[in-house]
Amino acid sequence: MSTAHIALNRFGFGLRRGDTFSGDPQRYLLDQMDAFDPTPRLIAERPDTSDKAGEILEMLRQLRLDRRTDASDASSAMADMQAMDEAQNAVPAEVRGSYLRAAQTLRRDAGLRTKVAAISSTPMAERLVHFWANHFSVSAAKPGTHYQVANHEFSAIRPHVFGNFSDMLRAAVLHPAMLLYLDQFRSVGPNSPFQQRRAQRRRNNDRPPQGLNENLAREVLELHTLGVDGGYSQADVTEFAHALTGWTINGLRQARRFSEPRPGGAAFVLFAHEPGNRSVLGRTYRDTGSRQAEAILSDLASHPFTARFVATKLARHFAGDIPPPALVSALEADFLRTGGDLASLTRTLIGAPEMWTPEPVKFRQPFEWFVSALRITGADNISNRRIAGALNEIGQVPWRAPSPAGYDDLEGSWAGPDALFRRVELAERIAHNVPADGILARADAAFPGALSDGTRTWLSRAESGAQALGLLLVSPEMMRR
Amino acid sequence: MTMDLNRRSLIAGSLALGAAGVALPSMAFAQSAGQKNLMFVLLRGASDGMAMLAPTGDPDFEALRPSAFEDYNAAQRADSFFAIHPAFTQVGSAYASGEALFVHAAATAYRERSHFDGQNLIETGAAQPYATRDGWLNRLIGMMGDGDGARHPSALAIAPTLPLALRGDAPASSYAPSSLPEASDAFMDRVGLMYQDDPQLGGLWSRALETQAMAGDDGLRNLRDAAAAGELAASLMRDTDGARIAMMELGGWDTHANQRGAYNRVAGQLDALLGAYRSGMGAAWQDTLVVVATEFGRTARYNGTNGTDHGTASAALMMGGAVRGGRVIADWPGLREADLYENRDLRPTIALENVLAGSIADHMRLDPQLAMAMLFPGREGTPTSGILRA
Repeated sequence: MSTAHIALNRFGFGLRRGDTFSGDPQRYLLDQMDAFDPTPRLIAERPDTSDKAGEILEMLRQLRLDRRTDASDASSAMADMQAMDEAQNAVPAEVRGSYLRAAQTLRRDAGLRTKVAAISSTPMAERLVHFWANHFSVSAAKPGTHYQVANHEFSAIRPHVFGNFSDMLRAAVLHPAMLLYLDQFRSVGPNSPFQQRRAQRRRNNDRPPQGLNENLAREVLELHTLGVDGGYSQADVTEFAHALTGWTINGLRQARRFSEPRPGGAAFVLFAHEPGNRSVLGRTYRDTGSRQAEAILSDLASHPFTARFVATKLARHFAGDIPPPALVSALEADFLRTGGDLASLTRTLIGAPEMWTPEPVKFRQPFEWFVSALRITGADNISNRRIAGALNEIGQVPWRAPSPAGYDDLEGSWAGPDALFRRVELAERIAHNVPADGILARADAAFPGALSDGTRTWLSRAESGAQALGLLLVSPEMMRR
Repeated sequence: MTMDLNRRSLIAGSLALGAAGVALPSMAFAQSAGQKNLMFVLLRGASDGMAMLAPTGDPDFEALRPSAFEDYNAAQRADSFFAIHPAFTQVGSAYASGEALFVHAAATAYRERSHFDGQNLIETGAAQPYATRDGWLNRLIGMMGDGDGARHPSALAIAPTLPLALRGDAPASSYAPSSLPEASDAFMDRVGLMYQDDPQLGGLWSRALETQAMAGDDGLRNLRDAAAAGELAASLMRDTDGARIAMMELGGWDTHANQRGAYNRVAGQLDALLGAYRSGMGAAWQDTLVVVATEFGRTARYNGTNGTDHGTASAALMMGGAVRGGRVIADWPGLREADLYENRDLRPTIALENVLAGSIADHMRLDPQLAMAMLFPGREGTPTSGILRA
């Protein structure tokens, strides 16, 4: 396996049809850091949906009021959504129309993300975007997030890929998509004026009003910063959750009068914020309103456990399920030395000898495989509907990870018999819809110095160009990098 | 669904002849006695246990759900206290022949009301949502591997993707009919040849072909036809080389409004699935345990739209030739205002984890205490014994 092959495939999404690779592989990767466009044309032309943060939730709230059910939590909103999927006529036409528009937006955004990667001239940077978006995973399975999950990646992740981890952390955690996904939007300080007024109003109700929700605080500590063995306690979670109260989304009717809008569709409601100083990991944070949580996030971003956790995940993604300890240590040291400079971290990754081992280190996940297939076939004008359908069939739709931990980054989760079979089915279908000339030459260009004799033999013996292209798409060289 | 003469089994055969490097796909033989099968069916969306098995003998039941009461007038009685929802005709017949039982007023350790978190807990087996990253069924596979972990029972989700309950370190795969156009025979042949010298892809490919062959030309594009899905599941399990542990999912239980119709429809699907699975398993049914459970129950009383909202305790269903059925296991909490959990939900009196650990350990010949500790860590409960035939 040549260094050119590694630069193209282990770091990126492979070569695009018609492109050629020449020059120094490390330089090729380093240049992408300068050339990366956080807002490429496809994203820049996309209508802004950040003002729609509360739209679906308000719609569902109205729907529940109309039906006078006592459902008060967001999970019953999910039920309403599912009901809309199933019983088309059970809900008012305007509500259904609004839901369909949201679903359409989501599908368009997933298609857009795929195409941006498929035509990118900085594929390593796009891989990093997806890595970080998965690190800060949000899911459209949560009601109300349809308009926000793409915004999260486009505006909270992309601009910071070569910036500072601290900035990415703040942007990703305090974004409407995350605030919705992990229930922060309805977390209220138990001693806040808002909660006290609510309690008075509901004195005769048999259920106490919902108060503090610790989901976001717990997941930030466990999944975004320190890691599960990161030395924090339940008390730290609760304290951090108190500090986060008041952070919510813009456009919620209940909070409208007190809401201070923040860029991107988030909002801070001081009336819902728990008053008082907070103590997290032994450090005291004065009550500075919205800045209290930001100060905690800032300290978490540069914590040694965070450096270790982030280094391990990055190494696992690029260098193999069992990350080489020397690579983890090098990344960790870089993160600590620079205070989380992600450009420096990426340079260290590129320069690490462990990244350039000749044998394949990783089974490609479905999304990565699909983007690589679009690049090598040049099939990047495929419709959003077909992109969404294909990703659904091969099991990895953007912003649909099954848990806040994101999609698994381990081979065992992806290298299954049925999963392979589906790739084979899809590969033949793709191959029949694109030009299929000069497949051997394309294979040589796409896998420089890495095309095995076996694959070469079967490509050359294929009955047709389309069959050869299909085989190329499911060849061992495409499945592993 | 017949095994012979379907397209993919023929392909599997021809491939084996053509390529020495690919293992011969094992032929289907009748299961030998003693091979234990486990099917876990997760009802997603919080299924209403009091609709499945109505406590018609409880004097407070009718007042909570006046409009539903008549549904049970002519329904099959489980005993003098409980009636089985009329949609469960095939489950009811299994109950009558002593091959099904209900566990009522059961719940996991979860006491909030989010589907999201509740499903996470019933799949991970942890005491808190998101406390554990792997699933309890996966840990069960791990427990059943031999000492060096080489030979695990084969485990399969009949689902588009591997559900959390089956995710983890132990091997498990998923299968679902795909809406992708089938690849051509010629192409699949060539793929097999290309993979013959690649141990990983070659192994996955031959397993894929075996599963495809077992599933036959299912003619399905997805799993929406419940009876066909049940039959498909049986076809993937009943033979010696089939899956020993399987999981299926069924949604649509979140009946916030007009529950009678909605529940009747989805209960009919579950009944069709289980009925088709039972008959599809044939002789292997004798060594089969089916566990049907949900993340939590629903409110005891109908809401303003004749539905129910998210609650706490629900009912579980155990079926199979291995089950000592024809009975209800319950410590009935009552339905008076003060009996209800937080004045609204059926109060849990049985820990679902105890039932799962106890029955599965007995079925798979595992130490129940060890099973409890491995599958549902952090619980104090005693695994329930006596669910299966001695």
